[in-house]
Amino acid sequence: MATAHSRSAARIMISPAVILLLGWMLIPLSMTLYFSFLRYNLLMPGTHDWAGFLNYRFFLTDPAFFAALKNTLILVGGVLAITIVGGVLLAILLDQPMWGQGIVRILVIAPFFVMPTVGALVWKNMFMNPVNGLFASLAKGIGMQPFDFLGEAPLASIILMVAWQWLPFATLILLTALQSLDSDQLEAAEMDGAGPLSRFFHIMLPHLARAITVVVLIQTIFLLSVFAEILVTTNGGPGYATTNITYLVYAQSLLQFDVGGGSAGGIVAVILANIVAIFLMRMIGKNLDI
Amino acid sequence: MARNVTKNRKLAMTVLAWAIGILIFFPILWTILTSFKTEAEAIASPPSFLFFDWTLDNYREVQERSNYFRHFSNSVIISLGSTILGLAIAIPAAWSMAFVPGRRTKDVLMWMLSTKMLPPVGVLIPIYLIFRDTGLLDTLTGLTIVLMLINLPIIIWMLFTYFREIPGEILEAARMDGAGLKAEIIHVLTPMAVPGIASTLLLNIILAWNEAFWTLNLTAAKAAPLTAFIASYSSPEGLFYAKLSAASTMAIAPILILGWFSQKQLVRGLTFGAVK
Repeated sequence: MATAHSRSAARIMISPAVILLLGWMLIPLSMTLYFSFLRYNLLMPGTHDWAGFLNYRFFLTDPAFFAALKNTLILVGGVLAITIVGGVLLAILLDQPMWGQGIVRILVIAPFFVMPTVGALVWKNMFMNPVNGLFASLAKGIGMQPFDFLGEAPLASIILMVAWQWLPFATLILLTALQSLDSDQLEAAEMDGAGPLSRFFHIMLPHLARAITVVVLIQTIFLLSVFAEILVTTNGGPGYATTNITYLVYAQSLLQFDVGGGSAGGIVAVILANIVAIFLMRMIGKNLDI
Repeated sequence: MARNVTKNRKLAMTVLAWAIGILIFFPILWTILTSFKTEAEAIASPPSFLFFDWTLDNYREVQERSNYFRHFSNSVIISLGSTILGLAIAIPAAWSMAFVPGRRTKDVLMWMLSTKMLPPVGVLIPIYLIFRDTGLLDTLTGLTIVLMLINLPIIIWMLFTYFREIPGEILEAARMDGAGLKAEIIHVLTPMAVPGIASTLLLNIILAWNEAFWTLNLTAAKAAPLTAFIASYSSPEGLFYAKLSAASTMAIAPILILGWFSQKQLVRGLTFGAVK
């Protein structure tokens, strides 16, 4: 059906998008790669000496890097654990017959639409503040000492904030997947005397496996780059307690003006993200038939 | 008896689901309520839930102190501008890939998606330096371009999945009836493509509105959208809960409303067709 004429027209139609994305990916990324081999600090204009792998050596042996790597893994892992377990349970709950299902759905999904800086500041000040926060009021109300969330357990507090924002996403996708489950199958299992637990583990969970994998991969891509929540609540502190890789690279480049070191960190972040991206791309590619 | 059991079960599920739903929504509800309190009431312990003197002063004060509506309109310009610009570039691309797929189409689509996987810190420094040297730092133009580029892969993918659902037979039928290419596009394809384009538009306005890496790093006072403006409350002076709440409520209200309309598109747009 496609003629040579329509093929060349198609090529013209697609070229602006390809050229823009190519430029957006290649030019800055190769610049980052190039900078990462230079001794280049914005506070010392003029010095662009070749540094070889020095920046990488400094970045990868810096205790801050290990702290940031550990925090990144804990942050991603913690949020994934909460959102997957919570998302599966919520999806199953929302799939049950009930009154006002549409409204409950809206309530559950809402946090996903709250901008990260708003969500983080509301949690930090109005809930977690040890003096004026709502949690402190509740604690005092039942005669307990208020807990200083961001002081005593900063990373856990940020995990809670981020999980609150991503729980709706996991729930929504798992609910979509659950609704495609054949209800005859569940009924047949019930007839055969399978209890709710065995129905969950033998029918629902296998059916959801694919959706869970997709949620894990997509969330990981976004969670590796958590930034605003850290910037407005803890600035990466106390010490390096809440610094993740993204925040570390930001601090090194735009706060310490160390272009070389920051670039090396940026390349490390790209490599980490790519490890996840390869799996995600493979899953998406399998589903795409042209 | 069986009916009774299901009815009780439905009642229990309803109560449980509502309780959890309200719990998850509570931070938003609390923010909205606090925005109508005075600063003193906002930190009162025990807190008052509904019975306080409702006031609109915070909204007035936020606007007067910081010219809130400039940041609001920055957000509108950036998110609408980047989405429309993105659509203008993406529609032809998605169109040709959906209707005239070639051998390489799948590779091109996958490659486009891979650009979305690039962590922003990987290109933070070059973009920052390029913007500094070309005077794009802290401008609406610069931010619009960046947000268009980071969302372009999602826009193309969403449009592609929508366009693919338009049956090719309809085109052939129109051609048999003697419709030219122009008539084909205007009278046959466009009406069928509009719902998909509208959904894509909606989801991308939301994503651009809430984007909080580039908007925080590339703006200062002038072009700061709401994400960056709200971030300025992280180093507060004096009592500020009620004002923070008022600013936050205005910042999230438009998107909450848009978001409720686009629940379904959210799944399609963010899973790239991997979950149906």
